[in-house]
Amino acid sequence: MGIHRGHQARPVEWLAEKFIFLVSLSAILMVLLIFLFVAREALPVFVGQTNTALVQKPIPTVELDKHSPAELQAYLELTPEQFKQMSRETLKALMDVKVEAQDDIPEQFRNDPDARINTTEWPYLLKAHRWTDYAKPEYIWQPVGEVKKFNIIPLVVGTLKTTLIGLLFAVPLAVGAAIYVSQLARPRVREILKPTIELLSGIPSVVVGFFALLVMATVLQTIFHYQTRLNAFVAGIALGFAVIPVIFSIAEDALTSVPRAYTQGALALGASRWQTAWQIVLPAALPGVFAAAVLGFGRAIGETMIVLMVCSASVMSWSIFDSTRSITTTIAAEMAEAVNGGPHYRILFMLGALLFAATFISNMIGDFVIHRFKQKLEGKR
Amino acid sequence: MNTVTPGQYLPESSSDTTRITRHFRAEKFDFWSFFFSGLTGLATLFIVGILAVILLNIVINGWSGFSWHFVSTIPKKDFFDVHTTGVLPMIVGTSIRVIVMTIFVIPVGVITAIYLTEYAANTSIITRIIRAAVNNLAGVPSIVFGLFGLGFFINFVGKNMDKLLHNTSAVWGQPALIWASLTLAVMTLPVVIVATEESLKAIPPGLREASLALGATKLETILKIVLPQALPGILTGGILAVSRAAGEVAPILFTGVAYYMASLPGHLSDQFMDLGYHVFVLSTQSPNIEQTRPILYATVLTLLLLTFALNIVAILIRARMRKKLRALG
Repeated sequence: MGIHRGHQARPVEWLAEKFIFLVSLSAILMVLLIFLFVAREALPVFVGQTNTALVQKPIPTVELDKHSPAELQAYLELTPEQFKQMSRETLKALMDVKVEAQDDIPEQFRNDPDARINTTEWPYLLKAHRWTDYAKPEYIWQPVGEVKKFNIIPLVVGTLKTTLIGLLFAVPLAVGAAIYVSQLARPRVREILKPTIELLSGIPSVVVGFFALLVMATVLQTIFHYQTRLNAFVAGIALGFAVIPVIFSIAEDALTSVPRAYTQGALALGASRWQTAWQIVLPAALPGVFAAAVLGFGRAIGETMIVLMVCSASVMSWSIFDSTRSITTTIAAEMAEAVNGGPHYRILFMLGALLFAATFISNMIGDFVIHRFKQKLEGKR
Repeated sequence: MNTVTPGQYLPESSSDTTRITRHFRAEKFDFWSFFFSGLTGLATLFIVGILAVILLNIVINGWSGFSWHFVSTIPKKDFFDVHTTGVLPMIVGTSIRVIVMTIFVIPVGVITAIYLTEYAANTSIITRIIRAAVNNLAGVPSIVFGLFGLGFFINFVGKNMDKLLHNTSAVWGQPALIWASLTLAVMTLPVVIVATEESLKAIPPGLREASLALGATKLETILKIVLPQALPGILTGGILAVSRAAGEVAPILFTGVAYYMASLPGHLSDQFMDLGYHVFVLSTQSPNIEQTRPILYATVLTLLLLTFALNIVAILIRARMRKKLRALG
């Protein structure tokens, strides 16, 4: 009759296999859920349902039926679910409150053009705007006060500043160490060095931040003599510490996976160990080293606690010796004071979605490059 | 006189290569080779040096404030007071959130790894998507996990649980131990999967084939042959996940950590105090940083002892496992 296969012959095996398969889908599910729920909380910003304008044209309560539900929902700053649950009476009461609130606005804002602006619209999020009392258009992130300013450019610049300093510091060191450990060191030394450097990743980022705050900031200031003790430079170097182990282990892995025949061939032709490492092994492993830097970038851009402890002020500045504030830091520092469901809360989630997208893309690039690199090496072997 | 004929001496390890190079290369001194080799050596030394400086700085400065009294005292509201403060609630909080996390992440991670190594065809699309998802999960910033915990666990799952259970005040729909633990479980899932997969792959296929040839089913083979062999690897993965999670602060900021609590957490819906968060509070919000420096260093030392000790244990287990497997294969 032949061998029975599938669930007819062994129902328990069949069930177990299906169960194991279903559980293994959880990783995919989690990525989807993260994307879905971070985007869900940020959605009102994307579709223009948040409004921070202080002075709004009030809708008289009697005109309740003249407006579409979508308009009313945006006007009352409600979520669709909240809106659905409300009875007609509650809506009317809310509209009364809204009209009264307009009467309570302080005199000084009545004629202030800033108070009529919905600061969560894209032009105000991305472009410089000349606010009242300012001499020229400026990029300002200032989520407190009567007129809340949500320009995200200072945060993006702050993030890029610390990340680039961190990478400029970490990539040469980590790649240099990877070359040394994988190509030049004696095997016995390598056995000790590799796990030691990887130990660095075992230090929690809050401890690196603490060390940067208490020790490094002072040391670096005495060396470079700059004004602000805590600045983007200190944060960047500390970030570098955090990404060194990431870049090191990926680059070391790439360098080690270059076929030994390459090295032996070069050495046999009379090249020195350094020439072999620099001219043969490194070019062959370059995609892997590049991927290491990209993945290090993803790690640095998402690091929170280090920058949070070392820097705080959100000033728009390209100087590396000014205090700075990154996207992650802003989310961490301000989420507690943001009203659940309010415009500030939505914008912070939008920043999170932005960050998720940025790291998602850099991870995809890094993984793709490594995958191609490994395939190429295997093909040549 | 040593001569090497083809096939007679094929260098297998790089120590052999070194020996050959030494033997054959002329004594000519190449300055640039020496210079650049030295530079990479210095880079290595610099990294190791930084690690040593950080650790020594913390151990030396933290030792004086570190005492039995310090780790066994529940502090009063003003925990900046050097003499009466302690870190017991933080140690308990961090430990509990990590233990609860382990209960969720280990089974899911191990089963996923079993699917990837034992069942899945390596080239199938679904396997590639799972692997891509695992890689991506490993790269998501920790603060985004915090947002996810707030948006999904608290605002969606928790609030709906409150609605279903007819709670009049928020019980589950607020920051809580369980939500912090679950958020961390999602974050450390890739760590467990990768470590388990590595240990499963290292088991010689012969063991599986022998078991199957003797008439055991695939499930029996996995449960009785493969998993016991992979246990050290699974343990390593668990330890690495625990050590990673114990030091993370960003994901728990909005999902359960408390600035101060008078008592230890007693329920999954309670908030908790945390060692890493306490380090952050002590170093950024202290009224007098010079005065509170000893307790700050002592707290950092406690955190490091917790995370670092676990890390070193994981590395030792892994090294021993590799040696054993090398002997086997």
